[in-house]
Amino acid sequence: MNLWQFMLQNHTEVLELTLEHLWLVGISSLFAVLIGIPLGILITRWPALNKPILGSANIIQTIPSLALFGFLLPAPWIGARADRLAILALTLYALLPLIRNTYAGIKGVDRSVVEAGRGMGMTNRQLLFQVELPLALGVIIAGVRVATVISVGLATIAAAIGAGGLGEYIFRGLAMVNNQVILAGAIPAAAMALLADVSLGWLEKRLSPR
Amino acid sequence: MNDSPDTRPAIEFRNVSYRIDGDADRELLHHLTLDVQRGETLVLLGRSGSGKTTTLKLINRLLVPSEGELRVEARSTSDWDVIRLRRMIGYVIQEVGLFPHFTVERNIGLVPKIENWPVNRINERVQELMKLVGLDPETASRYPRELSGGQRQRVGVARALAADPPILLMDEPFGALDPITRAELQHEFLDLQKRLLKTVVFVTHDLREALLLGTRIALMEAGHLITVQTPEEFLTSTEPLAIAYRSAFETTFDIPRGRS
Repeated sequence: MNLWQFMLQNHTEVLELTLEHLWLVGISSLFAVLIGIPLGILITRWPALNKPILGSANIIQTIPSLALFGFLLPAPWIGARADRLAILALTLYALLPLIRNTYAGIKGVDRSVVEAGRGMGMTNRQLLFQVELPLALGVIIAGVRVATVISVGLATIAAAIGAGGLGEYIFRGLAMVNNQVILAGAIPAAAMALLADVSLGWLEKRLSPR
Repeated sequence: MNDSPDTRPAIEFRNVSYRIDGDADRELLHHLTLDVQRGETLVLLGRSGSGKTTTLKLINRLLVPSEGELRVEARSTSDWDVIRLRRMIGYVIQEVGLFPHFTVERNIGLVPKIENWPVNRINERVQELMKLVGLDPETASRYPRELSGGQRQRVGVARALAADPPILLMDEPFGALDPITRAELQHEFLDLQKRLLKTVVFVTHDLREALLLGTRIALMEAGHLITVQTPEEFLTSTEPLAIAYRSAFETTFDIPRGRS
């Protein structure tokens, strides 16, 4: 039986796992955006928080993913369901590129532009929403793109703790020593990563000033 | 002397010093006392690092005096609501600082917009200003990157004038332009100032620009105010630094010998 026959035969399961995978990646990326961008803005305003926040995000990145899933297992409410756990872990991993790019994007806005805005009497809020964020948007989207592509790959490991997703096939295939089953998980995951990369790359280009 | 707000100087520096982070070793401005009269164009002349830009940024409180008092419209800048203060002071800088993601129109209408003017009044004002500074109405929907240096600088001036501020701060606004465009804009500025009679503080290191535009010239060096003179006085001044400036700007079109 070749790969295509396998995928056709199991198309409902393939679809289900793909959707699960999308769900894990989508929700965690959303959370990461909602947390990471404000944190990135925060550290441009309070430089003292820069090191602790970027440092923590950095440390999280260095924890092997399987270990992070394990660490979070005893956590109350979160640990009770595998998908919650996976979403939390994926969110944590996605934070670093988002915080870093938001920070770098805002810091990279031409100093004379910001100073002109300030000199004309724009409030901090007006500067942030009308000048700094729009001009940093391309760099921020680049962070979302990196975070999302990493998440798609990492989410396959979530199957190890029973959170589902395309990793199910990969782990099952490994256990069965069956390359076709591994590929049935790996190929859709790779396609998803490519698709996210291309579409967010397009968005990044569109939203970058000039 | 009458002390009513109308006859008082628009800007008064009283013994103002500025030090970076209050560090005495990094003093950029040393005990400056200076008045800027209503309706005059005071030029701050000096080389890089002489404290001209620092002086300017103290006026709109982008910098805060480390010592002394600075009054704008008879009120200390520390008593002003800083946003109100800045919105009544137009600000033009050399790098222009136009918002690259805003069209010409939106750039010019920025201050009226954040002052919540009604949309049709903003549009009228933008058109009026574009005419005033000599911008083709066609450029209204363009982005700054699509303009020439001279056009960008005109947008910068129009933007600073948008809410009709009584005071205008100009930090080497024509410094980055080619000589011909610069001369053009300098003369337009003179015409404009004849009509508008703003209180202008103009920073430059170009003596010729200072002589042309200034009603008075404040000569600065290493954070100190050396002298304040009218252009006529400046030309005959015996002040050593003034002499040095004059000789540096003496034009001869001889090609230096020894070159073939």
